[in-house]
Amino acid sequence: MAEAPPMFEARDLARHFDVSRPFLQRMLAREAKRTLRAVDGISFSIPKGTTLSLVGESGCGKSTVARLSVGLYGPTAGSVHFDGRDLAEARALADQRRRMQMIFQDPYASLNPRWRVADIIAEPIRAFSLVRTRGEQENRVAELLTQVGLSPLDGQKFPHEFSGGQRQRISIARALSSNPEFLVCDEPTSALDVSVQAQILNLMKELQQRLGLTYLFISHNLAVVRQVSDRIGVMYLGRLAELSPAESLFRRPRHPYTRALMEAIPDLDMTGRERIPVGGEVPSPISPPSGCAFHPRCPLANERCKRERPELMPAGDAMVACHAVEEGRDDAMPMPAIARDAA
Amino acid sequence: MSNLAPLLRVKNLRVEFPTRRGTLVALDDVSFDIAPGEVLGVVGESGAGKSMTGAAIIGLLEPPGRIARGEILLDGKRIDNLRYEQMRRIRGKEIGAIFQDPLTTLNPLYTVGRQLVETMTTHLPVGPGEARRRAIEWLELVGIPAAAQRIDSYPHEFSGGMRQRVVIALALCAEPRLIVADEPTTALDVSIQAQVIALLKRLAREKGTAMMLVTHDMGVIAETADRVAVMYAGRIAEIGPVREVVKHANHPYSAGLMASIPPLDRRVERLAQIDGAMPRLSAIPKGCAYNPRCPQVFGKCRELRPDLINAGTTQAACWLYDTEATRG
Repeated sequence: MAEAPPMFEARDLARHFDVSRPFLQRMLAREAKRTLRAVDGISFSIPKGTTLSLVGESGCGKSTVARLSVGLYGPTAGSVHFDGRDLAEARALADQRRRMQMIFQDPYASLNPRWRVADIIAEPIRAFSLVRTRGEQENRVAELLTQVGLSPLDGQKFPHEFSGGQRQRISIARALSSNPEFLVCDEPTSALDVSVQAQILNLMKELQQRLGLTYLFISHNLAVVRQVSDRIGVMYLGRLAELSPAESLFRRPRHPYTRALMEAIPDLDMTGRERIPVGGEVPSPISPPSGCAFHPRCPLANERCKRERPELMPAGDAMVACHAVEEGRDDAMPMPAIARDAA
Repeated sequence: MSNLAPLLRVKNLRVEFPTRRGTLVALDDVSFDIAPGEVLGVVGESGAGKSMTGAAIIGLLEPPGRIARGEILLDGKRIDNLRYEQMRRIRGKEIGAIFQDPLTTLNPLYTVGRQLVETMTTHLPVGPGEARRRAIEWLELVGIPAAAQRIDSYPHEFSGGMRQRVVIALALCAEPRLIVADEPTTALDVSIQAQVIALLKRLAREKGTAMMLVTHDMGVIAETADRVAVMYAGRIAEIGPVREVVKHANHPYSAGLMASIPPLDRRVERLAQIDGAMPRLSAIPKGCAYNPRCPQVFGKCRELRPDLINAGTTQAACWLYDTEATRG
């Protein structure tokens, strides 16, 4: 897998939003402009046929990365490359646009309630003129519905006639209808019940194997991410804290934030261990802390962490942005129970 | 679980929604008890009736929904047939409610201090000065830093996690004996969620408050609840001690539900899944509502609806545990 050229690459990607008050008010109050750095310089690549997941708490910028990745936002700085081409250039070509699709979180908001399911799924087919006749289009829609575990007859129904899980299957069928190679999935199962989530995750894995798809998977749920990912990026306040092969992240989480996040997950096995909550809250990305953004909550923080922003550095088979890890001070923080159990 | 007389007793509760196309039965024959100091977790998929059960208890069923049969008793007294004004007095004083979205629970036009003070002066024999002192204490107790200053802030000045703490303080400040918490941590990030759960648990223990905790997050249930009720299509499928239900469920539905949780400690090639979907209220199958999806279905399941029966460690509404049915 590792030798394959990357399907997708983000280089120093950043996206800032202007959240200042209106010009006149700002002038009267003599305020400076305020910028929200939703994504602030991140780099990663995804080899063909693999899954990279981004995890993090709300406000860490993971959904903004998803939107940047398919061109729904333009980057403020840095660039996105799709199959070797700059995304801006690739998106000008219909044939390149066809190769990337997105699946959204809320299956209640992402389907047009006035369209029949068959029309929803056929829209990309029509938009990219992928078939010649009406008959071919109908066959293709029926095939797609079958592929996601629905019946071809469901095409004649409207979205409201389906449950959340079935709607997410329709979203997947629509995303697949243009024969994409790269799918960006923004929290595709977090609006679903756990039993339905299992169905959708199994379906997505199956489709990946069958069609050789490449996924950028966005989630806040570490257990879900472990099931689907080849590599995982942990995001905190618009930056990557850690980028690691999936299994090593769980066997040996290195960044203090990753460890704290794992320790905070409820324990289903009821071993009686107390969850150790991460103290404090995610700071506002409008005025992030100096130096390492995690330092106010980090048990390992020292003067350097307050001053100097850490960059991603290799640590074993992972990349970690942490002064403590770089200096070998991280042993002071115990491994989370999940990693200890595995060792 | 406990030998104490139950604080809350729900008996054969049935909630109906009259519609143009006939009456929908949202809850059917739901019965359970909660003892003082006990946390009962209620789990199930969306539409199973968990929130509806909570709403019926606090008397806030959304019209045209109504209690068609059954009783709800608080400390031996019926509360399901009270008039609006009487119920309003019980809500807040006897029963505190915590909902998923802290923004809709708090009044955006009042400072959090005013809301806390008002709640206490309404329900407790305290004056405004004493209420304010206690309000600061409560805010400190739920972990709001600089409570004495923050008390005069408006809800929008707090972050999501802090707001949910204010809601908890508000639900607890009149010292109710029962708390109905409907997805209290779902809108929060894991790190904040852990803080809020630890807080709720501690307060319930210290004050002997009973709690009905409605959530679809099995992790939260596993570490908070003493007993768990699993709901399916408007009925309780299984109820029992938390460890038994989460780790050794007897009802095939609870077992399937628990198995479909993605494990955190290992990667599996394929997650266990329950095929199909929960039926709509308008099309509940004959017999056991779970029978079309059940891997262990047999003749009787398609004909007769099972009631909760003893299944060893838990109680399950399943014919597998009826000795006569399995023999026949």
